[in-house]
Amino acid sequence: MSDSALARPTSDVFPFEPSLAEEVRRLVGRLDTGQRAWLSGYLLGSIGTSGGVASAAAPEVASPTATILFGSQSGNGEALAKRLDEALAAAGVSRVVLDMLDCRKTDLEQARHLLVIVSTHGEGEPPDRARPLFDLLHGRKAPKLKALKYSVLALGDSSYERFCEVGRRFDAQLERLGAQRLHERIECDVDFEQNATRWIEAVVSSLAVVQGEAAQATLHVRPSATIATAYTRKNPWQAPVLANIRLTARDSSKDVRHIELSLEGAGIHYEPGDALGVVPRNQDAAVDALLERLPFAPDAPVEIAGASMSLRAALTDHVDIGPLNQRLIERYAQLTQHRALAQRSSVSPSVIHLIELVSDYPPQGMDAAQLVQILRPLAPRLYSIASSPHATPDEVHLTVRIVAYESRGRTHGGVVSTALAGATDEQARIAVYPHRNPAFRLPADPDAPIIMIGPGTGVAPFRSFVAEREALGARGKNWLLFGDRNLRSDFLYQTEWLDWRKRGSLHRLDVAFSRDGNEKTYVQHRIREHGAIFYEWLRAGAYVYVCGDAQQMAPDVDKAIREVVSSHGGCGEEQVEEFMLNLQRERRYQRDVY
Amino acid sequence: MTDLSSPIEQLHANEQLKLRSRYLRGTLEQSLADPVSGSIAPDDALLTKFFGIYQQDDRDLREERRISRLEPHYQFMVRVRLPGGVCTAAQWLALDAQARATANGQLRLTTRQTFQFHGVLKHNLAKHIQGLAAAGLDTIAACGDDNRNVICTSNPLLSKAHAQATLTARQLSERLMPRTAAYRELLLQQRALRPPPEHEEPLYGPTYLPRKFKIAIAVPPRNDIDVYAHDLGFVAIVEQGAIVGYNVLVGGGMGMTHKAPATFPRLSTMAGFCHASDIGEVAEHTMCIQRDFGNRLDRAHARFKYTIEDRGIEWFKEELARRLGKPLLPPREFYFESNGDQYGWRQGEDERWHCTLFIRNGRIADSLMSTLREIATEVPVTFALTTNQNVTLAGVSPGDRARIDELLRAGGLQGIAAPKALERNAMACVALPTCALAMAESERYLPSLLGKLDALMNELGLADAPITVRMSGCPNGCSRPFLAEIGFVGKAPGKYNVYLGGNARGERLNALYRENVGEQQILDSLRPLMEAYSTQRSEAEGFGDFLVRTGVVPAMLEGRQFQLIPPAAVRSRSDEVRSHETGAVHGGAGETRRALDSH
Repeated sequence: MSDSALARPTSDVFPFEPSLAEEVRRLVGRLDTGQRAWLSGYLLGSIGTSGGVASAAAPEVASPTATILFGSQSGNGEALAKRLDEALAAAGVSRVVLDMLDCRKTDLEQARHLLVIVSTHGEGEPPDRARPLFDLLHGRKAPKLKALKYSVLALGDSSYERFCEVGRRFDAQLERLGAQRLHERIECDVDFEQNATRWIEAVVSSLAVVQGEAAQATLHVRPSATIATAYTRKNPWQAPVLANIRLTARDSSKDVRHIELSLEGAGIHYEPGDALGVVPRNQDAAVDALLERLPFAPDAPVEIAGASMSLRAALTDHVDIGPLNQRLIERYAQLTQHRALAQRSSVSPSVIHLIELVSDYPPQGMDAAQLVQILRPLAPRLYSIASSPHATPDEVHLTVRIVAYESRGRTHGGVVSTALAGATDEQARIAVYPHRNPAFRLPADPDAPIIMIGPGTGVAPFRSFVAEREALGARGKNWLLFGDRNLRSDFLYQTEWLDWRKRGSLHRLDVAFSRDGNEKTYVQHRIREHGAIFYEWLRAGAYVYVCGDAQQMAPDVDKAIREVVSSHGGCGEEQVEEFMLNLQRERRYQRDVY
Repeated sequence: MTDLSSPIEQLHANEQLKLRSRYLRGTLEQSLADPVSGSIAPDDALLTKFFGIYQQDDRDLREERRISRLEPHYQFMVRVRLPGGVCTAAQWLALDAQARATANGQLRLTTRQTFQFHGVLKHNLAKHIQGLAAAGLDTIAACGDDNRNVICTSNPLLSKAHAQATLTARQLSERLMPRTAAYRELLLQQRALRPPPEHEEPLYGPTYLPRKFKIAIAVPPRNDIDVYAHDLGFVAIVEQGAIVGYNVLVGGGMGMTHKAPATFPRLSTMAGFCHASDIGEVAEHTMCIQRDFGNRLDRAHARFKYTIEDRGIEWFKEELARRLGKPLLPPREFYFESNGDQYGWRQGEDERWHCTLFIRNGRIADSLMSTLREIATEVPVTFALTTNQNVTLAGVSPGDRARIDELLRAGGLQGIAAPKALERNAMACVALPTCALAMAESERYLPSLLGKLDALMNELGLADAPITVRMSGCPNGCSRPFLAEIGFVGKAPGKYNVYLGGNARGERLNALYRENVGEQQILDSLRPLMEAYSTQRSEAEGFGDFLVRTGVVPAMLEGRQFQLIPPAAVRSRSDEVRSHETGAVHGGAGETRRALDSH
């Protein structure tokens, strides 16, 4: 038995936290005999027993050297926590991995070395699963942590102003509570590989020393990709396009596509709730247009993450040449000494594109390599998967809104969405890789009711959920709340939902079309309208899923759910808070918002 | 016989649906409220027809929406009950407003003297109906298995007799209307003060009629309403300017099914004469006879015309006499001049003026619609719809005549009262993209075909010959194509059956000439016939009469023969025009269908 799980007394057979229990059950369920045999060896190896039968000894009661604490929505933090876990294991360091949602005050008080991996959402918001802990640390009941040593790996996105805000605040607050840094905070932008690796290596080497044990040099640690597939961000699968269908009517204000990609021969396995990463590539025409404006040769040598390549190659595959953020404009202004640009305030009205920037303010005083350095890496776009692996094996479906707009006489589009929009023929290939999203999963219990709230393209994973449940013969009730602008033009997958409803695979379907009536109605209005039933479902153990817009919709929906709990549960504010927290802890309130 | 006396399990499923529906309520309330679809439940869609509401979808978009996982582009057609086709200026404005607010912004004048809206979305349906109610209008029984809009020779303001006929039309309509409170509850959304009576339909019963029932009143010499095409037709007999009574004709009807010879269009049969005061009872008893004896198992054989064909006119006369308490009297003499409209300005019995406007395909939109709205706002006028999809600005005082001309001119409509050529006597049903039954284009295609026929006729020196041309997208024949001199009935996209030989008074059916042909073949086959007509016609001889006289097509007076005779073009050698006896009872050009024909 791995000691990376602290035994906590539960009434369950597995001595694991509920979330871990679910994961273990799910994982083991997917393995064949050979894989299970391998795994048992791996686990034995990871606790330092060389072969032989693992004793059924009680797990170590002494607290582990390291406590890995992760709080992330998208799965990146958890993936990094796993890597750190393995790296520490390889170094012979005892540790426990904790989802922030499961972290109690006592866990902090007992921890010796705290390794925090946390991401920031939107404008400086902690992810859902990090919120309770964040609030605890900043509140009056915060523990005193004088004996604690820690280090923070902060994940973020520099296109937002409050870059890595949450990581910074954890870092600052832990210090305020008396703890000492084991290592400086390291911040990561969207392209986090390099910095994350640096941090992991640094803390592992510090802790290996602390542990004071010789590393088990004979232990061979497999890379974490073992259970995952061979295809990753760096090495994506070139997926043939099976279908590219417009879902919105011809007179809709939006262009939303249903894209089907083939996974035949890829060996990629995914679960409902996972996302597909699409590796973008800037269009040749856009790169050509940009190169025309630049005083550099297209084959000028530049460097990206230590690799040499031509300027053209960098502009095509490695950097974002679209809309720019304020930080980037400021850097550019500094390097090029354009005074007018420096004075351009951050409240400038329109979005400015790289091509517009270099046209209006030519890159004087810099070379190609320097320009490329300041540009943001071309990050993969993640799309929630809209297909069920059991219902449509060897295929993966996406629901993609094509972003296209005019800016100063040019048509611009989202890099990936534009590429997807144009992928119509047999030759088209889209570079993809699976992105696990362990924070967004169907309940392990197929009889559990689920409430799915997914306006707009947020409905994608719910198509996967319902199809999967139907394919597996699950008997749990399914309730979908969907919203968009107009019934007749924007009801994504309408005929499928109606068919499922008729067949009894979808038990409730509630919709809100904001531009159909005189008043704007949204899914949150439906939640309130059907509050009594909603509460009933919650009491019956329903899992609530929210997918879609993070800015407006998710908070509004959250508010509506709280109101429903309050009025139908007869609860005051504090009880509602507790109810919601419990819901989260039981993994019954999961959100995939962006 | 599978009629009302049979146990309901042996009858068509629709009968059971009607019975279950609690006088047409069905699950309409839930259907209207269901927000996940623009449609109503299929059963409810059958019931709403009784309220003049027809569920349709835009067929041009069907396939692309299916691929997009979107349901069809559902929308509703709403037809107004407008007996005699009379509409006040205030009502016109209300209709105009509803068209813009809750429909597709247009008005459609039908072949039965009323308005039709298209493109009403489900969530606006009740609002639309309520808007009409506010103007004193309803849509009850404009479709469905009931007595439809009662039509009457157009324009009550022309004479005392016309006014009398129109009033009678209104009285018949009201007398024979369904009484169910479902319309008020579900569409007007007014809860009843007390529960409905147990027998909510004293006349109809819970299963209403076997099929639709159409009544028309003609004021000779005009047969604009096509009295021979109706289940129950009344021909007004006028003496000293007042209607003394009506000739009663029964069992006419247009529709048929291609290649199903047991179905056919039929000319109504003369049954006798009744006094004006008896018309209400005659109408009610006739409808009830159809209610009781019409076929309720095979809906394709359920119209009154088949009941009359199967049982005979004598049987009907006896049954009616039994119920009425007296027989009908011998029919009186009358004659018809035409079944078309007369355009332009005309005076009636008094000094008021009336202007009949040509409305292509009855479609009122854009500047035409705005101009008519202006006229309705500014000039005291009554709107009298015709049964040829046109409208008359009626009861205009001499002083206002110039103002109307001015407004028409300002709207670019100076030629509107003087249409040229074939358009004068042409009709097309709506067909695509909204009608679910259409097999081919009609409204969207006829103008272009007429243009080509006009060119052909010009070439042959027939420039102003008034030929009646009617097109339908399917053999239901809503534009009454089977009475036309040239009738086109859709069979498949771009393909039509061509029927020839009706007459300009609507007294004779036409006969199948070419089957399943496209435009070029249509033009190629009409050319030699028109050539012959141009050189060989007698003075004032109509095209249809000419074709019958010269044996190109038989004189078709018996509906039951209609689908039994193979296409005339196949039988005759293509370029020759033979004259021969075809065994018809009434051959002979120009012979009018007289009152004494009663078989």
